Amino acid sequence: MKADVLVIGAGAVGCSIARELTRYNLNVIVVDKNPDVGGLASKSNSAIIHTGYDASPGTLESELVVAANPMYDKIASELDVPFSRVGAILPAITDEQFELLPTLKEKAFKNRVYDIEYLTKEKVLEMEPNMTPEVRGALYIPRESIIDPFLLVVGYAENAVANGAQFLLNTEVTGIEIKDGRITGANTTKGFIEAKFIVNAAGLFCDQIASFVKKNDFFVNPRRGQFYILDKNTNCKTNHIILPIPTKLTKGKLMCPTTHGNMLIGPTAEDLEDKLDASTTKEGLQSIVADVKKMIPCVNMKDTITQFAGLRPNRNPEGLHIDAYDDVPNFVNISGVRSTGVTGSAAIGKYVIRLLQTMGMDAKPNLSFNPVRKSIPCFHEMDIHQKEEIIREDKLYAHVVCRCETITEGEIVRAIHSPIPAKTVDAIKRRLRAGMGRCQGGFCGPKVIEIIARELGIPQEAVVKDRIGSNMLEGKAK
Amino acid sequence: MFDVKCDVAVIGGGPAGLSAAMAAKESGAKNVMILERDKSMGGILQQCIHPGFGLAYFNEELTGPEYASRFFEKDKSLGVSFVPNTMVLNMEKNGTLICSNGEKGMMAVHAKSVVLAMGCRERTRAQIQIPGTRPAGIYTAGTAQRLINRQNEMVGKRIVILGSGDIGMIMARRLTLEGSKVVAVVEIMDYLAGLTRNKVQCLEDFSIPLYMSHTVTRIVGNNRVEGVYIAEVDEHMQSKKESEVFVECDTLLLSVGLIPENELTKAAEIAINPVTNGPEVNQYQQTSVESFFACGNVVHVNDLVDHVSMESEIAGTYAAKYALGQIEPEEGFVGCTPGANVRYICPQKIRLDAERKPVTLFFRAVRPQKNVRIIASCNGSTIYEKKAFKVNPGEMEKVTVDVAGFTDGQQLTIRIEEAV
Repeated sequence: MKADVLVIGAGAVGCSIARELTRYNLNVIVVDKNPDVGGLASKSNSAIIHTGYDASPGTLESELVVAANPMYDKIASELDVPFSRVGAILPAITDEQFELLPTLKEKAFKNRVYDIEYLTKEKVLEMEPNMTPEVRGALYIPRESIIDPFLLVVGYAENAVANGAQFLLNTEVTGIEIKDGRITGANTTKGFIEAKFIVNAAGLFCDQIASFVKKNDFFVNPRRGQFYILDKNTNCKTNHIILPIPTKLTKGKLMCPTTHGNMLIGPTAEDLEDKLDASTTKEGLQSIVADVKKMIPCVNMKDTITQFAGLRPNRNPEGLHIDAYDDVPNFVNISGVRSTGVTGSAAIGKYVIRLLQTMGMDAKPNLSFNPVRKSIPCFHEMDIHQKEEIIREDKLYAHVVCRCETITEGEIVRAIHSPIPAKTVDAIKRRLRAGMGRCQGGFCGPKVIEIIARELGIPQEAVVKDRIGSNMLEGKAK
Repeated sequence: MFDVKCDVAVIGGGPAGLSAAMAAKESGAKNVMILERDKSMGGILQQCIHPGFGLAYFNEELTGPEYASRFFEKDKSLGVSFVPNTMVLNMEKNGTLICSNGEKGMMAVHAKSVVLAMGCRERTRAQIQIPGTRPAGIYTAGTAQRLINRQNEMVGKRIVILGSGDIGMIMARRLTLEGSKVVAVVEIMDYLAGLTRNKVQCLEDFSIPLYMSHTVTRIVGNNRVEGVYIAEVDEHMQSKKESEVFVECDTLLLSVGLIPENELTKAAEIAINPVTNGPEVNQYQQTSVESFFACGNVVHVNDLVDHVSMESEIAGTYAAKYALGQIEPEEGFVGCTPGANVRYICPQKIRLDAERKPVTLFFRAVRPQKNVRIIASCNGSTIYEKKAFKVNPGEMEKVTVDVAGFTDGQQLTIRIEEAV
């Protein structure tokens, strides 16, 4: 296999870079050790497109996050990704917090986020009737937005595939070959891939990849964030992203709607060592409830439909780095992406292309580049006439498999055969939401296993939840 | 869109729907239709291949599929229309049901009356908030039952079961018979959630250990479940850290309760009881929207299918009467309020009209109690009293009361007291 550019890591950043690369006549390969795109951090986060109002002014992270936010109206429309500019409210509840508001506003200005406003107590309560009546005032950041992070990554990746990129999943990089001071390619579990340039977008594992070229003057530890998702039917909702006033120690725990009408609350921020420990803890979950109740007292854990934890790649020393080197001149090393990876991805993609060009990448525009990617038609969102029409076209759309989210067999079959095929139970869940509702796959799970097995021509016991080894079943009954 | 009209539309072809359709037909409704999302009728009974059904209704012991087929055959002979592969997507208050159907595509069913018989779903790991990782190998007991009994697929080899609900205990036996090792059944309460007979026949007869006042505190494993931590709980149901032990297993089954499935009901603005999570009904199984009736586990979770059938016959009968305009004019209501050690009473209301037939009230205890008196009273005066050796939340109780003398606005209460 030969690539002009080999991107390591198919998270939001890697997939955005891949898509940007396909705007040029380049042979692009993306590898990821996970079975699906959206790897780790990109699939378990607060699903917010930040403005960058509270970044450290003057840093690369501030520059790229602030630049990325306005790009999402176009990206979401081109890639057919659920996205909504709901806006954020930072309520000041204590006197101490109230006194911090001007400082926060000033920081936003330094980050060139100028559309930030004060809200009176009355206005906050009008905008958010479930806010604690003890609120004294707030800051309002209109461009803080919510997105479906799974579909953003799938959108980037599928659009990249449509424009010629190749994705190799379940493929782990085991080494990078250097000859005469230049990288010649990467050894992977699927063989050697010859590459003119390599981009390290391996997120949590970027230090390991960097060590293959001895550019690991840093290390990455996971900063775990635990979350709750609440049922769409909860009586306790907010209209905006409710952000706590950050303290010196933590950004705190937020509450926000998701693009699908659930409520999300969290995250914790726990520094760990084990890069695989995406487990929730009793203490962590309890702390989320306690903290969020200070802002939104009606939050009721009876409405929870799932809890999860994500691992932010925390760089030591901190800070977003996108580095190129004189002694390894065809290697781009991205590290320290942290919690702004989904937001930053749009701008990081552009930035990396320019960097590669300065490094000598020969990039002629791809005149047939098509920026548009269509999602699988969503039965649930159609009106009755559209439903009739799609069933006429594809009878499998009449068969509702996931009753909680109203997902049909037609959608599942299309996802399995899409440009980035959804071959696992979780991949289908992330693309379509089958199993993401209140029964958590209790009813549709067995049917999804049957459909995957049938479509891929494999036995049901070979169907995995996610990674290799996560088989759903143990074999046939007697 | 394909339009159909009928007298009675029954949503759900499980035991409740099959019984309701039978009774509706027998009560004179011409066009009775069962809308079922599965490809065949029978509902969850299709996966309940164990015996124990029908003792109260047929006075003999049947398996789930046998029990269902008795009603299915009866319905067939009465001319009930079965409409499988049909998902009701939306239910309007006027009785119009918007469905997707595997054959006809989008379909609108216009019914004079509707019987809600959608059953229930299982509580999940998330609702009881077990911390830990999210590997493969965590199943609700009913999902595992479907996989094994309908898809012929095994869920795992070494199993821990959380919760002593009936399906969990039945699955403990089923998995053992299939060659898996059930390491433990763990129950957070100090009393059984399911029926005592299942504890004897499914656990004790197979020497499967049952740990009361214990719970699963953490799930371990990144790809497949590798084990769980189990700890004893104190009187506030908080786990005692020092008692925590790691138990190796590849599968965790959850049998931690059932929730009536009322998404359609809520969308049609039918009043829901916060305790049962089902629609509030009167003794005719009629909901707050008068053309809608409801029966079985969609109303309240039953432990015996025989009770579901009896209750559903009432729903079918009165849904037919409603469709035919035969319901007597209303003379008022008596409300049913749970008293001491009673969690809920079903029906929640007694409708007063010319019929005045005795009414059977189903109820559950809040906590186990021995040597009790069960007392039903109306506006303070006792109308029924019986002694019982014990009550248990896992076993539904019932009393039948005479309503001939009731007047509008009275309150009926059932309480459980210690017998002196």
